[in-house]
Amino acid sequence: MSDQWHLRESYTFDRNVIAEIQRAANTGIYRIRGWGAKRELPTLDDLVVLGASMSRYPLEGYREACGTDVVIGEGRAAKPVRLDIPVTIAGMSFGSLSAQAKEALGRGANAAGTSTTTGDGGMTPEERGHSRTLVYQYLPSRYGMNPDDLRKADAIEVVVGQGAKPGGGGMLLGQKINERVARMRTLPEGIDQRSACRHPDWTGPDDLEIKIIELREITDWQVPIYVKVGAARPYYDTALAVKAGADAVVVDGMQGGTAATQDVFIEHVGIPTIAAIPEATRALRELGVHRGEVKLIAAGGIRSGADVAKAMALGADAVSIGTAALIAIGDNDPVYDAEYRALGSAAGAWDDFQAGTDPAGITTQDPELASRLDPEIAGRRLANYLQVLTLEAQTIARACGKSHLHNLEPEDLAALTVPAAAMAKVPLAGTSWIPGMEHTAG
Amino acid sequence: MTDVTTFDLADRTVRELNQALHDATSGAFRVTSPRGAHAVAAGIDAAIDVEIDGSVGYYCAGMHQQGTVRIDGNASTGLAENMMSGTVRITGSATMSAGATGHGGLLVVEGNAGARCGISMKGLDIVVGGDVGHMSAFMAQAGNLVVLGDAADDLGDSIYEAELYVRGSVASLGTDCVEKPVEAEHLATLTDLLERSGLDADPADFRRYGSARRLYNFHVDDIAAELAEGGATGIAAELAEGGATGNGAA
Ligand SMILES: Cc1cc2nc3c(=O)[nH]c(=O)nc-3n(C[C@H](O)[C@H](O)[C@H](O)COP(=O)(O)O)c2cc1C
Repeated sequence: MSDQWHLRESYTFDRNVIAEIQRAANTGIYRIRGWGAKRELPTLDDLVVLGASMSRYPLEGYREACGTDVVIGEGRAAKPVRLDIPVTIAGMSFGSLSAQAKEALGRGANAAGTSTTTGDGGMTPEERGHSRTLVYQYLPSRYGMNPDDLRKADAIEVVVGQGAKPGGGGMLLGQKINERVARMRTLPEGIDQRSACRHPDWTGPDDLEIKIIELREITDWQVPIYVKVGAARPYYDTALAVKAGADAVVVDGMQGGTAATQDVFIEHVGIPTIAAIPEATRALRELGVHRGEVKLIAAGGIRSGADVAKAMALGADAVSIGTAALIAIGDNDPVYDAEYRALGSAAGAWDDFQAGTDPAGITTQDPELASRLDPEIAGRRLANYLQVLTLEAQTIARACGKSHLHNLEPEDLAALTVPAAAMAKVPLAGTSWIPGMEHTAG
Repeated sequence: MTDVTTFDLADRTVRELNQALHDATSGAFRVTSPRGAHAVAAGIDAAIDVEIDGSVGYYCAGMHQQGTVRIDGNASTGLAENMMSGTVRITGSATMSAGATGHGGLLVVEGNAGARCGISMKGLDIVVGGDVGHMSAFMAQAGNLVVLGDAADDLGDSIYEAELYVRGSVASLGTDCVEKPVEAEHLATLTDLLERSGLDADPADFRRYGSARRLYNFHVDDIAAELAEGGATGIAAELAEGGATGNGAA
């Protein structure tokens, strides 16, 4: 039928592409949004776990112990961070999130025995109060940075970059810069905040080494220091972070979430998490600190216990979650579908974290919207979700015969696609072929 | 100044020094042979007086609160970075990022300050006896930077609400930084800062610079809405005025 031919859409210029060109032509500004990369990318789903068989011995699912704890900073910090589960809550600022959302994250993390993290905007007394283990981010903007809060932190995370935008600074649009947020950041109310992308007083790994010493001096060597990088060159960044004296390296892949970033940044800068973890691990192994002195925390698109187990098998000691934690506390909840639709979106598609109009009361500073989120109920939801992630990861680890999650290893994995095999450096399923590796697996 | 505790960094560590300074609630300290050590006197939070005889490395008096630190010598990167209160004074010069992100207190550099002096400052007052390097007061949010000498290129680039006063020449102003009139209130601020810094200059000799506030918000066009409202006159007028301002340089 010729009608059908007239309705043929272009693969190159599909509806989304056409809509974006039209939007750009109308507004003259790049698209800014929240969430992480939305296009199809190689993920941990492209890996499968090799359960026990004749040559491997599984553990009993309900009886035999499978450890999940992780300790960060042992050796250098007087008070290392001790987590019951290897799933941490990633840095998300008060400002990008409502006070209720921050409280919910703290409550959920406490119940599950893990840590939460501040963000680009400083530490609020409420989040300190609601988080038993709180990591304080040290960002290029230094908004709200002060030594009193630094000394209250259980760990310090020097943020070099973020997976959603390696090489980019923070962003918070005027709608969300209310009086309190403005005061915490020493900025005029209502401005479109574009924070610095480079640290103001150090450049390069040699400076960072001295910076870390300063932070340790100010805090009397009490707490561990992490370095967070967006995944671009994870092998070198991890090696340099170790050289600079980090106790943990956080590597955030390109799927990583954000509160507000240019869409072009989110979708096109950085490398996927599946490619980043093995490279970071390789650096730690070569320096002799893997599963030892320096811990690797992987982030970017972690959704399930399978992701946790696979990330750990690739070498991570723990993972960090942002988007999934927000969903667990109520983001994109179908009960708000009509309201999401009134805003031109839908439950399951909402990513306008920058807008401040979140019907679920999470990515907003509007007191009325924020009051919709009950921090206790939302905290319980997060605790439940964290428990499921842990149980799922343990299920997989036990099937591989591991008595601790950190005993998972690349040998427990196979890849479903050639790209995944090349990136993860595990053999293509059913073969011993690892593309790009001289020696193939046995 | 009766009891002065002396720390000779030739045979004591910076760790020992800083721990002693953190444990102290009052008193005076003298640090000898700093020999370019890093993080000397970082993290002070008490009304103590510390005098350092010689030059220091990075981040001397970092995140300083309450007390007074005086350096008889020069300092490397990040002198008094993120200081909150109190006074830090250096008789010589400071290299890059002196007073970076400082929230409060007074930093006096009697010599010159290098690049990015007062970068992202958030309420601190800085008085520099000599010149400041390029990109000084980059993204400076609040506080005052007073320069008795000259300022190098791109002064106050992407500046927010900080106030800049320069007595000498300014090689160039950064994006969105403009000269502003000096009113009575600014003369009063200058007079006070010069007096407290102990540096000799006439407040009337300074010129004032600050934000044009053109980068504060994204410029978002909406042609569709304009057309819906009735005709392209708005856009036509805007184009005729050459008003396509774009999104700024940030
Ligand atoms: C709402 C929101 C706010 C964020 N704010 C920050 C921040 O202030 N600092 C930071 O380093 N990362 C920030 N991130 C990134 C997270 O710390 C984390 O790297 C990312 O969310 C991990 O990927 P995931 O969302 O797929 O789990 C933010 C993410 C979200 C979703």
